[in-house]
Amino acid sequence: MNTTWSRFNVTSVVLGFAFLYLPIVLLVVFSFNESKLVTVWGGFSTKWYVSLFHNQGLMDAAWVTARVGVISATVATVLGTLAALTLTRYTRFRGRILFSGMVFAPLVMPEVITGLSLLLLFVAVGLDRGFFTVTLAHITLTMCFVAVVVQSRLVSFDRSLEEAAMDLGATPVKTFFQITLPVIAPAIVSGWMLAFTLSLDDLVIASFTSGPGATTLPMKIYSQVRLGVTPEINAACTILIAVVAVGVIIASVANKRREVQRQIDEQAAQRG
Amino acid sequence: MSNIAITDAGPSTAAKPMLTRLATGFVSRLVIIVPYLWLLFFFFIPFIIVFKISLSQSAIAMPPYTPVLDFTDGISGFFAGFRELSFDNYVWLTQDALYVKAYVTSVIIAAISTILTLLVGFPIAYGMARAPATIRPTLLMLVILPFWTSFLIRVYAWIGILKPEGLLNQLLLSLNIIDQPLIILNTYTAIFIGIVYSYLPFMVLPLYSSLEKMDYTLIEAAKDLGCPPTAAFWKITFPLSLPGVIAGCLLVFIPAVGEFVIPDLLGGSQTLMIGKTLWNEFFSNRDWPVSSAVAVILLLLLIVPIMLFQQAQARAQEEGK
Repeated sequence: MNTTWSRFNVTSVVLGFAFLYLPIVLLVVFSFNESKLVTVWGGFSTKWYVSLFHNQGLMDAAWVTARVGVISATVATVLGTLAALTLTRYTRFRGRILFSGMVFAPLVMPEVITGLSLLLLFVAVGLDRGFFTVTLAHITLTMCFVAVVVQSRLVSFDRSLEEAAMDLGATPVKTFFQITLPVIAPAIVSGWMLAFTLSLDDLVIASFTSGPGATTLPMKIYSQVRLGVTPEINAACTILIAVVAVGVIIASVANKRREVQRQIDEQAAQRG
Repeated sequence: MSNIAITDAGPSTAAKPMLTRLATGFVSRLVIIVPYLWLLFFFFIPFIIVFKISLSQSAIAMPPYTPVLDFTDGISGFFAGFRELSFDNYVWLTQDALYVKAYVTSVIIAAISTILTLLVGFPIAYGMARAPATIRPTLLMLVILPFWTSFLIRVYAWIGILKPEGLLNQLLLSLNIIDQPLIILNTYTAIFIGIVYSYLPFMVLPLYSSLEKMDYTLIEAAKDLGCPPTAAFWKITFPLSLPGVIAGCLLVFIPAVGEFVIPDLLGGSQTLMIGKTLWNEFFSNRDWPVSSAVAVILLLLLIVPIMLFQQAQARAQEEGK
């Protein structure tokens, strides 16, 4: 018997998940609090959600954030996939070390440094700070995360499929779109989602690179949090969590369904 | 049918038209060049600009610094500019005890929180790795899920818990464990809690991937040979999980040194960390040259850990192949 799940193992996993989830659960629970005091329960109410939708500043910020997120995630997915292909397929070209350095460093680089350096770049080239600059900044940050996600799929990719396609006369471009892309598609989808949520969450880089008229939701939430904790912010956070959770669940269900379909296809192919 | 296709394919690849080959070369070059140029322009060059501005003087203007090493005066102007470079900002940083203290405190806080995260994360990752294979994907998903929820929100959630009249104190008071509220919010303790909580998935994931690959018959063999469990842990489990430990620690330590949101929201005004100092220097004092100098020194502090991280990543990629 290889796996023995001891009582110690179970306890540490359960406690660990309680630690990870309890604060989020409490935050959601208290968004339905009647009382204005966030931490004293005064009965169930959805009034903070109603007042949220009348808060024009917050709604504007949400709209800006959604647009920045969709545009930057889409561009970042294309660039990140190309970067992942470069990292796995072209092992020898001039400046490869610098390239892989530039892909991995942003993953751990403190955000204050990335934010400040991007801002100084935008000032140096004379770009007005606003929607456009936040989007560029988010593309740069998130494409590296996409690259890592896609790369991990490409590493385990069976290249004989591509070779077979090319031997049968397909051009490399056609091979990529017909063979490679469908296989790495799940990784690309999760890369896009990761990029979108990272953009949705980012406070520090957005604060540096954004200008008047392009306040994102985290910036708005942050400025309200500094004034004090209110149930309205809890409500806003709950909606954000719900959006992300629904997205993740849909993606994983779709992934699972595709996986099952693939297994059925494979079995059919073997039988046929 | 399939036979014909194979015999057909042979000569066609051998005599690939010149044009296709040219196009292939162009495409593969494009695959490299596009992301390369993007990162060069938006990630690498900005650092050079930060360095350049850290050597300039602050000025009351927009942008609030006097330009140095500008090409607007041509090449001769560029070289004349070298004389105007000043290391005043760096001298200022090393002489002001506040900045030195902020750097030292940040590194210490990040180091302690990294160890705490390892201590909390290891049993979780180990428990996950030993779980029945059927529920492991679910557990993995549950660790990743908080990573998808906003960092800001997760830090914010702790304010309501740690406040003097917050949920933790309410609980402890009602259980008569304490008779007056604990002051946790706006102390370094709150920062530790915040970092451990926010960065826990970064620690658990690499640990889990190391521990899951481990061969647990080794432990049983050690046990059969009379090795006590603690000794077996230090002689087998820990060394085998070392790649995960290193990756996890670097993933927590490096960003934690420059962390801004956690010390700002949970640490209050009494705590000192360099990310917060940089932010205040930039947004409150509007001193761009000094905040650039702060960033340059922070980067120099982190350059060794970042390079270690790169190596660990490269090695993991090699092993994956």
